[in-house]
Formats: sequence, C-alpha cells, structure tokens
Amino acid sequence: MVGLATVFGAGGGTSSYQEAEDADLIVMWGSNARNAHPIFFHHVLTAIERGAKLYSVDPRRSETAQFADRWLGLHVGTDIALAHTVAREIIHAGLAHAEFIERATTGFDDYAASVEPWTLERGEAVTGVPADAIRELAHAYATANAAQLCWTLGITEHHNGVDNVLALCNLALLTGQVGRYGAGLTPLRGQNNVQGGGDMGALPNKLPGFQDVTDDEARAKFDAEWGATVPAADGLHLTEMFEAMERDELRSLFVIGENPAQSEADVSKAIELLSSRDHLVVLDIYLTKTAELADVVLPGSASWCESEGTVTNSERRVQRVRKAIDPPGEARDDVDILVELARRLGHDWAYDRHEQIWDELRRLSPMHAGMSWARLEELGGIQWPCFTDDTIEPPYLHGRLWADDPADRGRPAPFSVVEHDPPVEALDDEYPLRLTTGRRLDSYNTGVQSGGYRSPNRLGETVDVSPADADRLGIADGEIVRITSRRGSVEAPVRIDPNLRAGLVFMTFHFPDEVDVNQLTIDATDPKAGTAEFKAAAVRIDRIDVASPVAGE
Amino acid sequence: MDVVTRGVPPTLEEQLAIETVLGPAPQRGDHDGVGGHALRSRRHLLLPTLHAVNDRIGWLSQEAIDHIAERLDLGPAEVYGVATFYSLFSPTERPGHQVHACVDLACRSAGGLTEPDLPVGVHPSPCLGMCERAPAAFVIEAGSPVQHAVAGRVTPVDVERFAEGAMPGPEAHPAAAVPQAGSDGLVLLHRVGRIDPLDLDAFLDDRGFEALRLAREMGPEAVIAAVAESELVGRGGAGFPTARKWDAVRTQDTTPHYLVCNADESEPGTFKDRTLIENDPFTLIESLCIAAFVTGCEQGYIYIRGEYPRARLTLEAALDACRDRGLLGGDTGFDLTLVRGAGAYICGEETAIFNSIEGYRGEPRNKPPFPFQAGLFGKPTVVNNVETLMNVPYVLLDGHATEHRLFCLSGAVRQPGVYEVPYGETLGGLIELAGGMRDGSEVRAVLLGGAAGNFVGPDDLDLVLAPDDVRAAGLSLGSGVVMVIDQHTPIDDLVRRIAAFFRDESCGQCVPCRVGTVRQEEAIERILAGGDRDLDRALLHEIGVAMRDASICGLGQTAYNAIESAVVRLGALR
Amino acid sequence: MTGTTDTPVTLTIDGREVTVPTGTTILQAAGGRSESGIPTLCYGETITPKNACRVCMVEVEGSRTLVPSCSRPVEPDMVVRTRSERVDHARKMVLEFLGSSVDLSLTDGVEEWNAEYGAAPGRYGADAATVAQPVKVDNDLYVRDYSKCILCYQCVDACGDQWQHSFVIDVAGRGFASHISTENDVSLPDSACVYCGNCIQVCPTGALMFTTEFDMRAAGTWREDDQTVTETVCAFCGVGCNLELHVQDGTIVKVTSPPDSPITHGNLCIKGRFGFQHAQNT
Repeated sequence: MVGLATVFGAGGGTSSYQEAEDADLIVMWGSNARNAHPIFFHHVLTAIERGAKLYSVDPRRSETAQFADRWLGLHVGTDIALAHTVAREIIHAGLAHAEFIERATTGFDDYAASVEPWTLERGEAVTGVPADAIRELAHAYATANAAQLCWTLGITEHHNGVDNVLALCNLALLTGQVGRYGAGLTPLRGQNNVQGGGDMGALPNKLPGFQDVTDDEARAKFDAEWGATVPAADGLHLTEMFEAMERDELRSLFVIGENPAQSEADVSKAIELLSSRDHLVVLDIYLTKTAELADVVLPGSASWCESEGTVTNSERRVQRVRKAIDPPGEARDDVDILVELARRLGHDWAYDRHEQIWDELRRLSPMHAGMSWARLEELGGIQWPCFTDDTIEPPYLHGRLWADDPADRGRPAPFSVVEHDPPVEALDDEYPLRLTTGRRLDSYNTGVQSGGYRSPNRLGETVDVSPADADRLGIADGEIVRITSRRGSVEAPVRIDPNLRAGLVFMTFHFPDEVDVNQLTIDATDPKAGTAEFKAAAVRIDRIDVASPVAGE
Repeated sequence: MDVVTRGVPPTLEEQLAIETVLGPAPQRGDHDGVGGHALRSRRHLLLPTLHAVNDRIGWLSQEAIDHIAERLDLGPAEVYGVATFYSLFSPTERPGHQVHACVDLACRSAGGLTEPDLPVGVHPSPCLGMCERAPAAFVIEAGSPVQHAVAGRVTPVDVERFAEGAMPGPEAHPAAAVPQAGSDGLVLLHRVGRIDPLDLDAFLDDRGFEALRLAREMGPEAVIAAVAESELVGRGGAGFPTARKWDAVRTQDTTPHYLVCNADESEPGTFKDRTLIENDPFTLIESLCIAAFVTGCEQGYIYIRGEYPRARLTLEAALDACRDRGLLGGDTGFDLTLVRGAGAYICGEETAIFNSIEGYRGEPRNKPPFPFQAGLFGKPTVVNNVETLMNVPYVLLDGHATEHRLFCLSGAVRQPGVYEVPYGETLGGLIELAGGMRDGSEVRAVLLGGAAGNFVGPDDLDLVLAPDDVRAAGLSLGSGVVMVIDQHTPIDDLVRRIAAFFRDESCGQCVPCRVGTVRQEEAIERILAGGDRDLDRALLHEIGVAMRDASICGLGQTAYNAIESAVVRLGALR
Repeated sequence: MTGTTDTPVTLTIDGREVTVPTGTTILQAAGGRSESGIPTLCYGETITPKNACRVCMVEVEGSRTLVPSCSRPVEPDMVVRTRSERVDHARKMVLEFLGSSVDLSLTDGVEEWNAEYGAAPGRYGADAATVAQPVKVDNDLYVRDYSKCILCYQCVDACGDQWQHSFVIDVAGRGFASHISTENDVSLPDSACVYCGNCIQVCPTGALMFTTEFDMRAAGTWREDDQTVTETVCAFCGVGCNLELHVQDGTIVKVTSPPDSPITHGNLCIKGRFGFQHAQNT
C-alpha cells in the first residue's frame, strides 16, 4: 500500500476485476494467483479465453506460470533488475508513452538515467532470464492496448518490497498502462480485508480513508466527532513494534486477530518478546499460539459469519458481511467486546447497531461517504472512492492523469528512482539453497482457519526441491530431511517438484505446529512497509540418517 | 494450464509414437518457458496423436493419455473423453491384432455374420463401406508401421482365420467396384479403369488441372455462377445447393476461411466416395483447389473414414505427388491436410466433423451459427462431400455434367457396385443396369439413402431417380444408397439392425437421440419378442416424431425414417 | 451469456409482439425461466447453454425442426409458439426419456411438468435401460451420484473452459453410454480435482452434492424449508468472494455463491466452498 500511495496518493489497486477480463495483456509478477487468488484468476482465465496473453514472472514455474504464454523465471530478489531491464528496453525501442510521461508524470529523466545501465545482457546476467524473454515482455507490455500488471507477496515480502512496487509502478507510468479502462496496477491482497484494514486507518500513519495523521484539518474532524484528541504523530508498524519491544519501550499489547507467535519471520525471537511483556491481551476466535502467551484472552466472533459489518477486497470493493450463525459459548461480537472495554475505561460508546459505526465512518471519510449499507446491499458492494449518495466513480483509479486540462490532472505521478538490491542473505557454501515461501491452494496462512476442513489434496508441510537437487543430495520423495538456516532448523518430508530449478527450494507456512518454517525465514524487513523478507532465505538441506528407511510411499 | 497427471512416463514406444506427430518434447529452460496459447493451439493434433499411439501399440494406456495431455496442455480427462468417443480406440489393453467384421445391412443381406455368431474377440462393425463385396471385414495389426487391411466376400472361416491372427490378402483393383468402368458416356467415373489412379502425368494428359486453370481465368464469381447454373447440390445426403454455400463463405469478412472435404462416408450402404478416391484421387484434389480458390481458403482438410485404408493411402500419395509437382502447398497458396476418422458415423455430420478435426469429441454443434459463419476453428467454412466436389471440374469444362449422379448398388443384384446414371433413370432400370436380381431372388424391398433413408417396395420400381420425383414421393436419394433386399432377408431383421445402428452411433449429446434411439430399439425388441405390437408401434411413432423434431442434428432427426417406412410401406413389425 | 447489443429486434411470441435487443435468446425474450412457462433442465445461469436436454424446444415458423429456446437468438419477424402440439409432444417425450432413465427425484420442476405435459416415464417398463449406478464417494467433501445425471454438461463446462480450467471431468463414451468421467474413471483424489465445487453449484439434479447434505439426507435430517441463506464474504484471501451460507439449526450445511456476483459468477475455490468448518469446529 505504501508504494502505490507514494506514486498515486492512494494505496489501492487501480483496477477492477472486470477490467482484467477485458485486458489484452496480463502480467502476474510474483503472484501465484491460480493458487492464492483462484477466483481473481478466473477473471484472468476469461481474458485468456478471449485471446489475452499472460506473462508470469516468478522464480518458480508455478501453477499460474503454467498458464502463461511466457514464463520468466527470475532469480529470487531480482525483480527490480528485471523491471529496470524491461524499462530500458521500452525506452530504447521507442515504445515509451512520451505524451503520458510529459503530461502526467515527473522525474522521468532521472529514472531513465537510473535504468540506463540495465541492458538486456546485464538483465539476463543478474536475473537469469534470457534476454529475448525480457525483450518480449517489454514489447508486449508497452504495445498492449490495455495491460494489467498484477502482483502479490512475491513482490512485497522482501526487505525492499516497497522499492519493488515502485519499480513496477514505474513501468506503468512509462507506458501509460494506468488510469484507463483495462490498464492498471493490481496488487492482490493476501488476506481477507487487508485492504479494508488500511481503508479503516489500521496503518500507523493514516486515519480512516487514507487521511494523514499529520494532516491537521483531517485530524480536527476526528477530534470533533470523537470528542478526543488524536495524536499528531505517526504510530508504529508491526515490525517497529517488535523493535520497540526489543528496546522494551513497548511493554503492553492488545492483539486482535493476529498470530504473530507463528506468522512472524524468525518466530523464536517473536515468541520471546511476546512472552516478556507486562500485559498481553489477545482477542481472537481461537486459542492461537499467541493467545496461549496472553494474560487475558477475549473470545471474539468470526467476522464473516458471526457478525455484521463490511470488508474491502482487492478491487477496492466495500462489501457487506453478515451474521449467519451465533458465536459459540461465551464468545462475543468483537464490537460488543470493544464497546464493553471502552465502558470499563470510562467511555460510553452508544452504538446499538453496527451500521451506526459505519455511518460514523461515512461522516469522516470522504471516499466512503456515498456508501450507505442500503446502497451496498443494492449494488452488491461499491468500489471506493464513492463520494456521494447518488454517484459512482469509474471502476479504475487515476483517470485524472489522462485529463486534457492540467488542473483536472492534479498532482503528476512521480517516477521513483530505486536500485536493485539483492536479498539480504546471500547464498554461500554453507547455505547454498534459496528458500522461498508461498501458499498452496487448499490452505491458508498459518492454517488456523484452513485446518478446520478435510482437504483431500492437503499435503502437510513439505520441502519442495528440484529433481536435480534431490539427485545431488541423494534424497528421495517423501524422505524426512533437515532444513537449516542461520536462524533455525526444521524437519520436513521432501517433495520433488519438476517445476523448481536447481538451487531453489519451496516451503509453505501453513503447518507451523508440525513444521515451523518461520524458524528459517529472515526478519530483515522493509524499512518503509515493515514487511519481512519471507521470500528469500539461505538454507541447506541435510539427510537426517542415511541408514533410516525412506519415509513415504 | 496446470496439467496434473500421475507423472508416470509412457513407454518408449508410446513416446516415440507421440513424437511422430508432436515432435520431441521441448526442453524447458530453468528461467524461461513458452506455453499458453502456443501449446493450446495444437489441439487439432490430438486425434492424429491418438491414432499414432493406437496404431503402434494397439490401445491407449493411462500413461500415454497423460503424456499426450501434458504435451498438448489438456486435462487427461479431455483426452480420455475424446479417445472414448471413437470406436477404433481403446483405453483398455487389448491385442494389437484387431478384427472388425461388418454386421450391417448389406453384409447381413449377403449372409454375413451377425453379432451372436462372431468369434471371440472380433468386433462387430457398422457398415465398412465395402458393400459391393459384402460381407466385409477390416483387420488391423498394430505396430510400426501399422497394417490395415480389408477383405470382401468373407466367409465365417475367413473371419475365424483373421481372429486367429491372419491378415487379409491384397485387394482387387479399385476399378472392380465400378462395373461400368471403361464404358462411354461416364463423367465422374470416366477415368476409372482407364488411368492409373496415381499416375499424375496421365491425369494431366487427360485435362487434369485444366478446370483449375479455367477457374482462375474466370474468377470466383463466374465460377460460382457456373456452379449455380449447373444446379449442383450436395451429394452427401442433405442436397444443399453448392453455389450458395460457396458464395456465403466467399463473402464473409472474417478470415481465414477453411475448406473441409467430407470423406467420412459412413452411411450404411454407401461406398461411392471411397470408390472415387481410390480410382481418381487427383480429380478430388483439383476440385478442392478450385473450391479453395473460389471461397478464399488457404487451408483445407480432407476428413476420411478410419476404415478406408486404401483410399487414405491413395490420397496421401496423390497429395504428395501434387506437392512435388508444385500443384499444391508451397507458393500455390493452398494446402490440404488429411485427417483420419476413428470410427464414428456422426463425424460425417457437417459440424461434428469440425469438432473432430479440432480435437474435440465429434459432437454436432447447434446451428445457427452455420458453417459459413462460424465453422472450423470458429471461422467461415465450406464443407463439401467428395462426389459433390468432383462434379465441379466437369461443370467448368463441359457445362452440364451434373445431370449425372452416382448410386451405390448393393444387396441382391448380380453386379453390385458404384453406378453413374443420368437423372431420369428409374429404380427398376438401375437394378437392370446392375445385372438384375441374383438367380432365385426377387425384389422384396429397396433401401434408398441408407439407414437414414427409406425403404420402398416392389411396387416402386418405376420411381424416377431425379431430385424432384423422389421428393414428390416423400423420399430422398441421400447418399445414393440403393440396397436391394430379396425375399431371403427378413425386413424385421434389418429394422432391428437399423435401430441398433443408431443406438450405437448416437453421439449421446442430446436427450431425444441419446435416449430415444435406446427406447426405439427396446420397443422394436418387444415387438419382435411378441409383445403388445399395436401399443409399441404407436410408441415407436411417438419416439420417432420426438427424435425428428427435437434432436440437434440429422442423425437423431432421421433415426426413425427407415423404420417408419418399413412399417408403413412394407408392413414390418406386424 | 449470449452477447447482446442495443439494436432492438421485434418478433412475435405466442401472438404477442415483443421487442428485445439483438442477441437475446427466445427464452429470454419470452420472459426467461420464471415468466415464460418454458421448462428448462440443462440451462444454467452461469454457463453458456449446451441445449442438450431439448425440453425448452419451441416452434418457429419456417423451421423444419423445433428450436431450443435457451440458445437460439431472436431474429427480426420471427414467429414463435411456445406451446403447440409438436412442442408439447417433444417436451413430453424428453421428460419421459429422462424420467425413465435417470433419477430426477431432486430435480426442480419435473413433477409439475410431467403433469402439465402428460409425461408418463413409467410406460417404458421395468426393463427400460437406465443410468442407475452406485454413488461415488471417494473424498470427504462431495459425492457424485451419476444415477441422477442428465448429462447437461454444466459440470464439465464449469470445470473446464468456462470457469475453472481444471478439466478434471469430461463426457466420455458415446451414445447412451456417455457419462461424466475423469480419465479412466480414476477417483477424484487421483485426478486433478481441486475441490472448488463449482460443478456442485451448477448441477441441476442433485447428482453432485456436498457430503454434508448427502449424509443429512441419508439420515433424514435435511430440512431445506428450515434453512436460512445468508449472503456474506469469504474470510480467506483478499479477493472478496460472495458466499451464501446455508444454515440449518445454527450450523452451516452448505455454501454457494450468487450466480450474479460480478466477483465470483457463482464460483468459489475449495477454501470458500468447504472451508467454513473452522467457524463451527468445537
């Protein structure tokens, strides 16, 4: 969200799903949407059936890559190098959108200078992707009528995730592939309502509706509505909180619906910090590992079926969630818990209906002002922004950039000069394999929710290795091996995956109770977004006992 | 797509067979891969690939199906669905030596074996299109190369021998199927027996490719005008005016346009297209070149029955000869691909043939859109039958030649075979031309137009075999079948066989045909077993009307025709 | 699913003049499934009609055969009759053909249509061929009872190129032996099935069914009239798929997605379709 907000002023994907269907080129960059966002991928499939081309940029020949007209299998952590090489090729081929650059952007010259060293040859040398494939992608993207550039955690879960996003935004600015129907930048949100959390101000520097905490005028509105004073300083993002805990400046925590004791990179350290707080309160629907560490656990409700409210999806569509069943036992609606907590703290929050909370938001957040629940119901959700009760904005953002009148165009979008910066942890003789992590179709995050049903396809945790590495290491499919990084060590069965190349190893993080993969991952984080480099750790694989029988089939 | 298979490799033999069609599997780079549309655009190679494996191994293993799926970016279930559509393929292991004995109408009336009498392992076959030499058999010996051979006038002992592993001996000269060969006054058949079918020089000396030259001089519109004037209509069965078809495709803006020659001759009792191809393949090729020129096609397909090995090999050789001589392919701007069917009557339907060529199950499509709008690969397409096309050179060179047509005489006549007669000949005259009835035989019935046609009785021998007269009599010449039934063949047995034929050959797509053909057969069996005949005859009629009115394609729509005519005109099922 | 444009076409349906956009089907022009009175079986809201069942046939003047109203686009000056002797006969026979060969006990509308068209599937006798076969239970999430399959092709299209692109099932065999099958009839766990359940969503006859529903029906505890359906949003990834939670006695028993959702078009993935248990595991 930080990257898009930097360039365009709004931290949301610029396009709607329908536009993906109508695009003639789709680039899935660091996104295995076929598995991780299957129903978004349906829209991509519709486009493909209509003749659109699909490019997949991913170290793995993922399920998504297998649908692609061309797969560009870059080295982990070389996204900026690849983007810059694409950019230079576009510029040198005369395919940059000069008019758009002139009218709607700033900083082109510096940007062009920064990508100039990235010849196809250098790009190939650094990324591993053959020059002709890079060239093909560059030309296809620049010449498409309407190109969608989509990404997921393969871009953001790096120590320089924001720079990665900026490098992709640059490509859209360079070619004018944004702000038009069908052309756009689509970050696919990994988790339900990540977008909605941001929309509601669950960011350390934003109030609801992406209004800056440091904006006096915005803050004044909130102060007036709430009868309280909102602090004028940015708060801490998750990684900064852990840093603050490390310094012992942050001594108490209220954790709502997060499981950092399992989801943080380098979890051993995270658990130690969580365990040593003065007071830890966890509101969750499960007794998670984090909840087990808590002083007080507040059993909440599953927001999607035991409560009323809204969520926002990856196309910025605000949607109603509704109560279908009662929360079990003594569990209570989260809003009840918060209101009760406020009351105990001496505040009388008088909400009798969840809708009242929403209406309060509508008074404070201009981009939500036109979204009454009645209207959300009637229209099946509404994409933000929606400023008034009787208007609907176009499904894509930033159309202003194409306006003829400079006044309508508003603030031009800046190119960002960013530099290729390889993964923090380089490979060496001791840790020669690159571990990257991701999702499987039938599981989700740490498995708390998806563990609840019996998927016939569930594999459990495995360490996926290329046939060449399996040969070299003398390990067989199903054999339990030890995977070790500089931070820790886990054991998991081998799964030989012909879609991996030598040197690349893949694991999920769905089964932390059995195999705690985040023991291995590195907590090098992006200073701008606070996201950890889950996608690139250095590991080695050892046979546990060459004499032991091979497990599995 | 993310193809998921068991990952078990095929045998080396299977892999080699697959590679004969698809080439070696591309090496994928560690950092680069090509897929998507480029892979999926090769689906039309599915049917040839299945043939390649089936030819070499004799059946299609799961591993072979998986590997084909991986190579063509298809789900294995799709490959399996296609493979199981065709009766010549098997997804279960079987011997490489396979015998198909015809149990259909002409062979039945010639004393051929019926299902219960077949030796173990011999497949009962629908009409093999060799009715002039009934009873017939088709034998396959899988291997590299595969051997396909047909045999005519087989005895039960022959079939037994084949079942034990013997291959049929060489066939008689193809001209043997044309008793008129060498006679004066023939148009379509005039080269038969006079010119070596594969002697391109002799063909060229006999005005070969002159009509194409003339067509190019005339231009497409003038050619269409000439064809329109000749009143040439389709000879595959439907009788649609050829000139209208051509003009409709010629004027379509969507490109490319495709040409399909329907040589999937499968209507029981029909063997004229096979005879034409085996005797005069170059005329067909020239005709296709003319059609392509007129309708703006750069690519054509000849879809030929899988059970016609000699016709296929003849055509293959003829196509090669034309390419070698610069008459086809290369810079001529037009080329032809030969596609082999795999045992499915329905693939002769004009839209099912598209699905089959494209690598899908050979199920007919709904119309509209019509082939001229959206046919093969969704593009404007001309589909013409072999005989129809082969009229065209004579139309252009000689003007009036389409007043002739071919008939496939089979059954109880002295000289069964393909006959060319002018419009105006009577049914009785045609039988006389075929040498009259065999000794001791008298006409009990004649099946006109095949299983989808109608029976007529001995009183109808003065029927004039011209389109208008036939239509006036509520009949159709269809594909030119004239199967003469004598008193030794029980009509009820033919009716039963016709019902079984449609039950076997229904593609299964639409309910009226899929279930209707089964219910029709059940009702006939009940009648023949002595049930309530009046009730079941009425039910038959109800079933037949629903099939005719509500089926997607001509198969279901005509599945009751012959049976109804047997009941009404011949008093069958009483 | 047929593309429509704004150019109007005027035609006559049952003597009444109707003006609709080009590309509209006869069924739509006649008022759709709810208003037209035309029965449909293989027609689904999210799948291009295969028009294989042929129960929606209507008479169009000048057409040699009846035409399938679900997929035939209107043409100017078309004269359509949605009821006539021919139409009624074809519908009766289709209902009888299916009723005598397939278990239609869970197919909406059949009983009423049988009465309306005088269809008597029983008259084909006890020996009439059927597609009866054992239920396929090979995984924990859904069952396949092909005794109830009318071969509408919707599951094949939903699994294949219209939505899911997994191509796990196709029609195999030919004629009356045609059937929906994985390759060589391997079990679902041996196939490429990803358990999205999009086939279940489109199945009009109950041949494909959640295991929860199947078990409750077997136990006699399935009470559709006592169920509520609540629309909400899936809790897994950030795509925001619309869910319909079918709840009986405070328990989610089945999940569907609204066919008119612009996000899902009625489709879900395994997590959305079957991943609801976590909210009610104790």
